[in-house]
Amino acid sequence: MQTIDLSKVGLRETNKMLQAQSAETNQTSWEIVNPRGSHAIACGLNAPIEVTIKGSTGYYCAGMNQQATVNIHGSAGPGTGENIMSGKIVIEGDASQYLGATGQGGLIVVKGNASSRCGISMKGVNIVVQGSIGHMSAFMGQSGNLVVCGDAGDALGDSCYEARFFVRGKVKSLGADCIKKDMREEHITFLRGLLDEAGIDADPSEFTRYGSARKLYNFHVDNAGAY
Amino acid sequence: MCGIVGLFLKDRSLEPRLGEMLTAMLITMTDRGPDSAGIAIYGGETPGRSKMTVQSDDPDTAFSDLGAKLQDAAGGPVNVTVKSTHAVLDIPAGSTAKVRAALNEMGIRVMSFGDSLEIYKEVGLPKDVAARFELAKMSGTHGIGHTRMATESAVTTMGAHPFNTGPDQCLVHNGSLSNHNSLRRKLRREGIHIETENDTEVGAAYLTWKMQNGATLGEALESSLQDLDGFFTFVVGTKDGFGVVRDPIACKPAVMAETDQYVAFGSEYRALVDLPGIETARVWEPEPATVYFWSHNDTPTATEKAA
Repeated sequence: MQTIDLSKVGLRETNKMLQAQSAETNQTSWEIVNPRGSHAIACGLNAPIEVTIKGSTGYYCAGMNQQATVNIHGSAGPGTGENIMSGKIVIEGDASQYLGATGQGGLIVVKGNASSRCGISMKGVNIVVQGSIGHMSAFMGQSGNLVVCGDAGDALGDSCYEARFFVRGKVKSLGADCIKKDMREEHITFLRGLLDEAGIDADPSEFTRYGSARKLYNFHVDNAGAY
Repeated sequence: MCGIVGLFLKDRSLEPRLGEMLTAMLITMTDRGPDSAGIAIYGGETPGRSKMTVQSDDPDTAFSDLGAKLQDAAGGPVNVTVKSTHAVLDIPAGSTAKVRAALNEMGIRVMSFGDSLEIYKEVGLPKDVAARFELAKMSGTHGIGHTRMATESAVTTMGAHPFNTGPDQCLVHNGSLSNHNSLRRKLRREGIHIETENDTEVGAAYLTWKMQNGATLGEALESSLQDLDGFFTFVVGTKDGFGVVRDPIACKPAVMAETDQYVAFGSEYRALVDLPGIETARVWEPEPATVYFWSHNDTPTATEKAA
């Protein structure tokens, strides 16, 4: 295990060291202490390493992640996991706004709550939140899955495409073109697998599925007056 | 982008350290606002006396013998404490309006008035502004600070935050208001004095106007959610506490922390990391379109209460 004291080593050096790891690296286990809410910790990683951050992080932690596992032992600031490609991010505390924005793959797990715009414009990432999420989550979500064990705020899935949402609790309101859908056996099986992967103990049959009504995909002449 | 910090002490033994703690928080937010900085501090009141903080670009001339010059208007002794470009006037209670009129004639700007509030703000890096006014040495019950990255108007002293909205009241803002021009015209027609082209000053003037027409601060903040268009996280200071409100979209960041000793506000968690006991504090983001208040006059509660 390599331990980096961020307050001594500095952000650029820390990220340079982590980004320099290759697929064949023997140094697969890293620990970052004294994060002190700094921005952009462990960004742009591209190796099968595991990085554990002991404390809370600021903006854009683990952005653009590929292959790596990043554990945050605290809460995470805005834009955590932005544009994640693959790998895994696990947040022990809460996550601030636009978690996993535009994420294209991989898995993000939040043990606490996530704030507004969780999974905005998601493009393939899977996000599992043990608590609740804020308003405008998964706005324009294109693909991937957002799983919420608690409640969802206003305008869930507004203008979404093919992203899927599974919510166990209440949804304050659905966004434009987002509707409730049937929870079929295939969805329960899929959700069970995703919850297992996330390490969260919840009964998949208690969730409701939401997704696009596909009414906004194409221009409709009756809407011409709106332009 | 701007930075906001706020600290409300429940534990009175921390009061001598308020300025020091708030200054450290303010300097951490330099990245969010390197143009100018300001702080509002509630240092306590003296019975029978009121306070005004005043500012001049030429303090040597303006503050020379100021106490004696104001004595007639004040109807009693005026004590002047000069701090760089600012001065705190200790005046007899009830003389604020007359002293203000006299100051206007002298061309000296009033930054704040009330019984407890002092406002200091200037152009420059937060660390330089803090050093200039020796903010770290101040004690008090609560205070708020702001670091500014100007987007809507010029980088000037009067464009810096906090803005005074009424006796012992002030406002800081992160965001931008988009209907400030029309609202400024409307408020000026109503007789409200607005000095700059700054959007936040209009927000402050709006709250002042609402309260002059009978609204409580809580009601004024509630109605600001209807009447102000744009993005905002507001923190307001009052004589006995502070309040927080975010617009319904809530894209401007806000983090709060509460322990038995204090309630703290920061634009980012970074601003809070050196507070005592932060590791075990309750840390959360205030909800959008919700008015929060903490007051010394009410028993502190673990749950936030709407005004």
